[in-house]
Amino acid sequence: MNEAPKLNSYRAGPDEDGRFGIFGGRFVAETLMPLILDLQDEWDKAKNDPAFKAELDNLGAHYIGRPSPLYFAERLTEELGGAKIYFKREELNHTGSHKINNCIGQILLAKRMGKTRIIAETGAGQHGVASATVAARFGLPCVVYMGATDVERQAPNVFRMKLLGAEVKPVTAGNGTLKDAMNEALRDWVTNVDNTYYLIGTAAGPHPYPEMVRDFQAVIGQEAKEQMLAAEGRLPDLVVAAVGGGSNAIGIFHSFLDDEGVKIVGVEAGGKGLEGDEHCASITAGSPGVLHGNRTYLLQDGDGQIKEGHSISAGLDYPGIGPEHSWLNDVGRVEYVPIMDHEALEAFQMLTRLEGIIPALEPSHALAEVIKRAPKMGKDEIILMNLSGRGDKDIFTVGKILGMGL
Amino acid sequence: MTARMDRKFADVASEGRPVLVTYFMGGDPDFETSLSIMKALPKAGADVIELGMPFSDPMADGPAIQLAGQRSLKGGQTLAKTLEIARRFREEDQRTPIVLMGYYNPIYIYGVDRFLTDALDAGIDGLIVVDLPPEMDDELCIPALEKGISFIRLATPTTDDRRLPKVLENTSGFVYYVSMNGITGSALPDPSLIAGAVQRIKTHTKLPVCVGFGVKTAEHARAIGASADGVVVGTAIVNQIASSLTEEGKATDATVPGVEALVRGLSAGVRSARLAAAE
Repeated sequence: MNEAPKLNSYRAGPDEDGRFGIFGGRFVAETLMPLILDLQDEWDKAKNDPAFKAELDNLGAHYIGRPSPLYFAERLTEELGGAKIYFKREELNHTGSHKINNCIGQILLAKRMGKTRIIAETGAGQHGVASATVAARFGLPCVVYMGATDVERQAPNVFRMKLLGAEVKPVTAGNGTLKDAMNEALRDWVTNVDNTYYLIGTAAGPHPYPEMVRDFQAVIGQEAKEQMLAAEGRLPDLVVAAVGGGSNAIGIFHSFLDDEGVKIVGVEAGGKGLEGDEHCASITAGSPGVLHGNRTYLLQDGDGQIKEGHSISAGLDYPGIGPEHSWLNDVGRVEYVPIMDHEALEAFQMLTRLEGIIPALEPSHALAEVIKRAPKMGKDEIILMNLSGRGDKDIFTVGKILGMGL
Repeated sequence: MTARMDRKFADVASEGRPVLVTYFMGGDPDFETSLSIMKALPKAGADVIELGMPFSDPMADGPAIQLAGQRSLKGGQTLAKTLEIARRFREEDQRTPIVLMGYYNPIYIYGVDRFLTDALDAGIDGLIVVDLPPEMDDELCIPALEKGISFIRLATPTTDDRRLPKVLENTSGFVYYVSMNGITGSALPDPSLIAGAVQRIKTHTKLPVCVGFGVKTAEHARAIGASADGVVVGTAIVNQIASSLTEEGKATDATVPGVEALVRGLSAGVRSARLAAAE
């Protein structure tokens, strides 16, 4: 690939057709086009409406618990003996992950649009729980599509959603995982166009979702930047986040994209290794294609059929990635690297023991990359990592792998 | 070859009846059976054939067509093989228009230029690509039109008068009116509502309007055919194929004759449609 020309800004996208370079777009059935155009109109109005912003900020402060802290991981830093490591503590948000930032934003939009029913897809169940939570908070019925395989391996989150009043519909089509749940949610939407709002959980899908979800998650990076300036008087040298669909990553990256001195790394799920099919490294081991409304890097075969991914973390178990990440990769602004299941598992245990924080398996991937890089960096250098979710939901998975009876 | 499509619609119109468009999934349950099904369709009374290109993630399709796609892919079907089915069919039949129907990604990965060249060579007349709305016309629609392959667009109940001109702008061959908001294989709505929608579309275009989604029986075909230029039947045929298979999903002696019998019935339905309308 040729060296891309340097851009004035990496934060200008998408264009009016929802494109980040060749990525993004609106690849949906005609039935959905009018809905997506309506959504875009409403989003364009809302994002410039001070009343919308005020309501979002108010719920952010009092319902989610924003700003989330920036935490200096002193013992981890000492142990690794290199760069100072800071965590953006998104796992302390209400519902235990960054997912709620986006859900609050989108449900306010749904309300503005007069929609009376919420649908969502979920993999690990974090987005499902966050969707069910905001649906309860705003008194709207909520249907969550979840792959039948995931319903089994994420039983506690299924129970949470039900307690919150959501209906969880197991999806048996395909292999019964996140991508099949997303297909089924799209089928529901296309059938119930009049009253239903589709609350997509990651920065992917047809335009305007990737932009909208990014903007709702960008609060992570905005806060972190201010907090870092307050704590250290300067910007970090390296920002790291895990990438499945990529909403927590784009959320923390976006504010730093135009800061030249800040290196940015996205960590994909390398699963059991990139040689076979048991991974979810869409960028490092996939190729551009069209799925779920956008063009982006996908795991696919030579005939354009989408493969099932694998990751120890159900939240990264998606064969695609948000289109903005695909673009940031191709223009060379963000480096994407894989981390294997076992490396994430080791990082999970290390953080638990050293800092008394049980991280979700998703940010454990980011942490594993931090553990590799920190010792090679100077003590005067700074790493900022998005600790996007807490690990309570993962203790059963981890316990099983470590052979600990629960 | 848009000409073959136009000629077919004109010929059928001169018979004073609507066109019967039949869909089946290429490669379901295997290449050879699927080719035999395709050859049987015109003999049983189908006027236009929609040849399904299987995709792993068919977001606009109901369970029947999803499963057909899975059977087909499991049997080793690829886009190249689907084009091969068309090519083999064309060796015997130069008059029945063939429309490829599916999703964009397999075409994108095959390569748009190479795909259009090979499709033309295989005797394909039109394309229906579900996830390419008019906003995405530069991807495939415009290149296809330049090569002389029709791009048939779906219009839906959500396509209002404001949006219809955009949807119709680069459409050729015919307009496919989706009878309801939903996925393939759902229940058919009230024929009088459909008749109204067809009339609405006809005020915007001179192209024939075919109606699909939910048409399952000869009686449906007759009722819809009273107002539309054509009737599309898909899920009913796919279900017929599915019901004839062994538990392992293999074809049986009943597979091809079952489709023939169903299509003969549907054909009788469309052939009596205008008589019904005149009553």
